[in-house]
Order: sequence, then C-alpha cells, then structure tokens
Amino acid sequence: MPDTLERPSTVPGGQGAASAEFLTSAPAAPRSSLRHRLADRGVEPSLLLVAPALVFVLVLFIYPFLYGVGLSFQPASGGIGLESYRDFFTDPYEFGTIWKTMRLALPAALFNVIASIPIAYKLRGRFKGKRLLATMLVVPISLGTVLVAEGLLNFAGRAGWINRFLLAIGVIDTPIALVNNYWGVLFSLIITGFPFAFLLISSYLSGIDPSLERAAALMGAGWGKRFTKIILPLLAPGLATTFMLTFVLAFSVFPSATLVGDPAGATRVISLAAYQAYAEQFNYSKASAIAIVMGVVELAVLAVVMLWRSTLYRGSTGGKG
Amino acid sequence: MPPSAFTSLRLNHVGRVFAGQAALVDLTLEIAAGEFIALLGPSGCGKSTALNCVAGLLPLSTGSITIDDERVDTLPPEKRDFGMVFQNYALFPHMSVAKNVGFGLQMHKTPKDELRRRVAEALSIVKLEEYAARLPGQLSGGQQQRVAIARAIVTEPRLVLMDEPLSNLDAKLRLDMRGEIRRLHQSLGLTTIYVTHDQEEALSMADRLVVLRLGHVQQIGTPRELHDHPANWHVADFMGYRNLVDLPVTRRDGDAVTLEGAGMTLHGTARQDVTVGETAAVAIRPEDLRLAREGSAAADTIEATVEVSEYHGHDFAVDATTSTGQILHFIAPDGLERGEQVRLTADPARVLVYARSLDAQTEAGGADA
Repeated sequence: MPDTLERPSTVPGGQGAASAEFLTSAPAAPRSSLRHRLADRGVEPSLLLVAPALVFVLVLFIYPFLYGVGLSFQPASGGIGLESYRDFFTDPYEFGTIWKTMRLALPAALFNVIASIPIAYKLRGRFKGKRLLATMLVVPISLGTVLVAEGLLNFAGRAGWINRFLLAIGVIDTPIALVNNYWGVLFSLIITGFPFAFLLISSYLSGIDPSLERAAALMGAGWGKRFTKIILPLLAPGLATTFMLTFVLAFSVFPSATLVGDPAGATRVISLAAYQAYAEQFNYSKASAIAIVMGVVELAVLAVVMLWRSTLYRGSTGGKG
Repeated sequence: MPPSAFTSLRLNHVGRVFAGQAALVDLTLEIAAGEFIALLGPSGCGKSTALNCVAGLLPLSTGSITIDDERVDTLPPEKRDFGMVFQNYALFPHMSVAKNVGFGLQMHKTPKDELRRRVAEALSIVKLEEYAARLPGQLSGGQQQRVAIARAIVTEPRLVLMDEPLSNLDAKLRLDMRGEIRRLHQSLGLTTIYVTHDQEEALSMADRLVVLRLGHVQQIGTPRELHDHPANWHVADFMGYRNLVDLPVTRRDGDAVTLEGAGMTLHGTARQDVTVGETAAVAIRPEDLRLAREGSAAADTIEATVEVSEYHGHDFAVDATTSTGQILHFIAPDGLERGEQVRLTADPARVLVYARSLDAQTEAGGADA
C-alpha cells in the first residue's frame, strides 16, 4: 500500500515511462475505494473530463465578459464611473436602439414560434415526401445571413421579381419598399430563424405520446379540443424554450440589419450601436456598456418567459423525448 | 343514458391492408350487448388492428361496422361513444387523476355538479378516491391502470375497448386486475372487446374468444369450446396443447387415427380431415400425457428419457425426449431424475389429430364456430 501511494511523488521526476507505469499500476485498491467514496458523496470522477472545456469557457467567455464589464465602468474620459452608461441612456439616438431591436426581435421570434407549431404538428406523422419537405424547411440554416440577404435583395428589391410582378399585373403603380428598411430585416430574421424554431418544436412534439391524442379522441374531443387541451399544454414549455432561443438569436441581429435594413435609421439595432462605438468612435468603454445593456435587456425578456414557463406542467410527456 | 344501449354490434367482413400487406382479413363477428369478447393471438396477428379499426383510429379497407342499424365505421372516433384503455395507459400527464377521468364528461358538456359526482363515483369503483388530486406520474403502474379504466367507463360508453391493458403489470398485479376488470364488467354490464396475447387471461375473462393468426380468424367460440375443441393445431397450440408433433398417419377408422413415427405409436381422434400416408399434426396437453401403469402393453406407450423435471407447486412439469429426439411435455405427480426411462400414454380421445396445413383450414376453422 505505501508503495503505490508514494509512487506519484516520483512522477514529477520526469519521464513518460514513469508516469505510464504509474497509470497502469494504479488501479489497485486505493483508487477503486476512492472512487467508491466519491460515488457515495455523489461525485462522479469522470466529470473531471469536462475540466478542459471549463478552462476553455473561462478563458474565452468568462474572462472577456468580466473584462468588458470592467471596461464599461472606465469611461474614455478617464477615471472610473458610469459615464459610458449615462452617454448611452441620455442620447435618444443610442437609447432608441433598444426599442428598434426589440421591435424586430420580438415579432420575429413570436412569428417563428407560432408559425412552426401548425407546420411541425402537420409534419409529425409519416407520409411520402416528408423528408424532402422537412429538408426544404431547414435549408435556410445552411445558407447563412449574407446569402439570405442577397436573395432578399434580388427578390424583394425595387427592381426585384416581386415588385416587377406586382407592377406587371397592375396591383401597384410604384415599386413598394420591401428591403433596406424594417421589413427587410424582419423577413431576413424570419427566414433564418424559422428553421431553428421548426426543428426544436418538431422534436418537442415528437416527445408527446401519440396515444394521448387518440385517447382524447375516443373520449369525444374533436381536433381543436385535442390540440388546445392536450398538445398545447404539453408543448408549452418547449414553446417557451424555443421562443427564448430564437429571440436571443434575433436580438443580436447584425449582418442583415446592415445588408437588407436601414442601418442609419429604422434598423439601427443595438449591436450596430455597439459596433459603431467600438469601430468608429474608438470608445471601447461605451461599446462595452452597450454590450452590457444588450445582455441585461435580453436577460429581462428571458426572465419574463422563464417566469411564465415555471407555471406550466413540465414533467414527462409520455413519448420518447 | 343507460350503458350498452343497443342490442348488437356487428363487424361485417372487416379488413385492413397496410401498404399492400393484409393485416386483418374478413373479420365477421356479432357482439351482443354486455358481452366480453377477447381477441387473442400472437403479435402481428391483427388483433390490435381489429381493435383500432373498431375504435376509429384506423380506417377500414373493407367491410363495415354497425350498431343495430347505425353504421359507425364512417364516424370519427370522437363521435363513436366508445371508451378505450390503452396498453401504455395514455393518461394525460399534465392533468390530475380527477381531470383525466372527467375529461370525457367535459367533452360531452356534462354539467359541473354531475361531472364531479360521476368522477367521484368512477374513482370509488376503482378504489382511487384519495388519489383524485394527484398527477398520473405520481401513481404506480397498477394505479395508473385503474385510472385508465375509470376514465374509459365514466362516460358509460356503448363499448369498452381494451388493448393489452395488463401487459405492463407484474404477475401478481395482473391477476388482481384481471379479477377487477371481470368484476367491473359484470357489475356495470359493459360490452367489452379485449385484446390480449395471453391465453390464460382470455380464457378466464371472456365470454367468447376470437383467435387470430396472420390477420385471419382461426376460431370463434366460448373458452370451453376453444379449450376442449380447438379448430386447428394453431388454436390448440395457443390453448396450451404444448405437445405438437408431426407424425404420419398409418391407419384411420372413422375418427380413430393411428400414427407412427419419431419412435412412437399414438392413437388419436381426427379433428380435421386427414388421410392415411399424410403427415398430420398431433396435439396433446401436458396434463393428458401420463406415465403408463406397470404392465400396460408396450405397443400403446411411448418410451422417453427424462431431461428436465420442474416443481410446479403440487406436481412436476417434465420434459422428456423420445429415441428420435422428439421433446414431450407431461405432468408427473413426483419428481423424476434426469436420464430416467419413462413410458407415457394418453387417452386417444385427448390426442387431437389435425391437418398440417393451416391455410386450407383457415376458412373452415372460421366458419364452423
């Protein structure tokens, strides 16, 4: 026993051979009993394997985040204070970006969640061509924002197909502005956000035991009642989660706000404000402050959704999920 | 609304085809009000398909279902007024036990007071009064099963459908619930169709059994009829005739048949048309195969070597092999040693001789019931 316990002290001595020997000779009594003692206290030693990932997160996320928080309290004019925040909240041009972003992110997230429900519900069973249809619905994920923006500009621009078609059939006299404004960004957010919402809701739906609906049908519930009384309550926590994820994605909108939006006006979203503070005004403190405000606003929305979600039934839904 | 407010439910040539594959073929059955019918067969025999067709969860490919003169197979499930107990219970996990039971009444727009009274009544029938406020996830399997039953009967449906309701329970609970379902059926007079693969369950509960194989009806009859007079060797197999031996027929005199082969000579009774020279299927229940008395004629007995002897409470279930390796199952009053030589005999009346081929007999088997 003392032999095996002492061995580690020889390892720092250096060679790989020594440490390899230590590794192979170690699984004697002390190690397995340590494992058991840890297990008794609910500690799973293999969890140590996540340590590298933890370091990664600390270095690449936690540290920069805390650094940013610190930076936001060190205004460009020097010293330590709330000046950067004051700058942001007293200037309506800056402050207004919260509302401009919210005005895009909330409707886009809501639309994506609500539109996904009937489609995912309808695509739940087995039928011919299901895979093709689902693939087509999911393709926009792989396109990326820039390609979607390009497509939007081609289709919905002033000289795009939609306008040319509407002009040709005489519905409109002058081209309508569908891009380079609020609508362009909203369309882009819907096109790129919908696949996420659809995939998530599909998987939540497949977790609901189909025999629940059959049971409800036999008990006299038509499809409307089955949906509102059985499917929707069981799906609601999943809808909340899906909403939160698509909302966060939409709230950090940046490329499409520039490419298909009106980045100086209606779609000057909060991430653009932060970018301009950083890249055009070289005011890192203000840029950090804006980023922090952005995070706080997101968290506030998520908190409201989580609060609602906590009132729902969240147990088993009987299915495979 | 009195339960079972009809005189008879008829399945007329009901069939169902899945992607070109016949899952159920030409099921014709008349069920009287208050009857307990069991659909029995191995998995894939079409029994669940039949149940789902009756429930309206699957459309029929052929045939029709009528209650008295009303056609019901064209109605959606919610308009049929049937109750159903699912194999996995299918309780609504987000609703309390009381809400689960009351759901059907709520869908039928039952006034609140009556709803509460009937839910309480149904819960007391299944002895779950004190669990009314719990969620299904907080109940044991047996309790969940009872909620499912209460939920299926609370609306006093015209017909109760049960899809292997006991298969997820442990052996002891299964016996208890079997008695409970039977008691409920008798006291409430509910017309019931019960699907199971367990022949003991079917025999003990049902008024009549329908044995299915590969979508075809093999036999319809009372438990006694099926048990004592299986229509073909498949039904015999299902009814506990564990000794199924293929032997050539050497002599036939009316119904009396003699078969020889596999190191044995057997005298039996023809239950289907078999001719001399043909290989027939012989079915004998283990309890009908006995140890021969000392001094009985060697020609009428089968010699075998004991392989396994299992204690079954008050007697022993023994497996023995003949000189050609044919395994025979029989019951012995005392334990036997492995390797011991035994001589077995059976009453010719309890040795049933069937044609080997089932396909030709399927029609006849269905029709003679």
